[in-house]
Amino acid sequence: MQAFDWDFIVGHMNYWLFIVLMMTGFYIVVAKGNLVKKIVGLNIFQTAVFMLYISIGKVTGGTAPIFPLDMEVDPAVTYSNPLPHVLILTAIVVGVATTSLGLALIVRIREEYGTIEEDELLKIEKEIALQDIRQHSEVIGERG
Amino acid sequence: MATALAVVRAQSLFATAMLSGVFSLLSALLLVVLDAVDVAFTEAAVGAGISTVLMLGTLALTRRFESPPSHSPVLPLFVVLVTGAALIYGTLDMPNFGSATAPAQVHVGPDYIERSVEEIDVPNIVTAILASYRGFDTLGETAVVFTAGIGVLLLLSGLRRRRRDKKEDV
Repeated sequence: MQAFDWDFIVGHMNYWLFIVLMMTGFYIVVAKGNLVKKIVGLNIFQTAVFMLYISIGKVTGGTAPIFPLDMEVDPAVTYSNPLPHVLILTAIVVGVATTSLGLALIVRIREEYGTIEEDELLKIEKEIALQDIRQHSEVIGERG
Repeated sequence: MATALAVVRAQSLFATAMLSGVFSLLSALLLVVLDAVDVAFTEAAVGAGISTVLMLGTLALTRRFESPPSHSPVLPLFVVLVTGAALIYGTLDMPNFGSATAPAQVHVGPDYIERSVEEIDVPNIVTAILASYRGFDTLGETAVVFTAGIGVLLLLSGLRRRRRDKKEDV
């Protein structure tokens, strides 16, 4: 194999671009502390996966998989693969359902803790746990 | 892609929500170019429309700005780069973009295209597969959406009542 295969690079550029997008979303999810921003990152990741799938279904010279209205199918026309489209349609709708659930959880968390930043949440959680332990040891101490 | 990077930088959550809407719209355009018109419709309506509205609603109920990051981004960046490298390594034996002989193109796809004319008689193949060949998927999808809707209702239903209680306490 030669060192610099131009055809190969152009043919795989779509995958690489979508992987870069995916990793952008992943970085937001991992590195950012704000919960709303994490959800946005998750959405970006998701959309990148969608586009990756659709790009797999694309055929060069193909057109959208819709027949002419009179149903006279011209065998010379190539259509892109409709199966990924169907799967991704389902995935988009499920994706918005999970997004809305996540956002509702965030609203609830904000109501309970007064913050939507991850590190502040962890701090509050730690204090609550410490209090629990203290109470518990007091109860045990009384018994002893 | 530039919008995605802007999302990383933006401190204002309002700007983030707007940028994610723009991102969805641009990806819908890209999907049209890739022949997936139905998917592009859905992405534009759901991703750019409903998701943005949901996000703005959440922001109205919570707050507008994110606090500056408290820990260094080196470790996450490292994890992300390693994952990305692994994924790119995985694409190296994928078929070229648009190749008509790729495994994804020669398996069941042509069957759907050839037979849906006589079997379903609906011009749009995507609709035919979605509602007929893979109807159970769609049923499962509705179940998921229904469950999520119930979850959201349960999480948010007490919101107003609890707020009123709090005011009376004060």
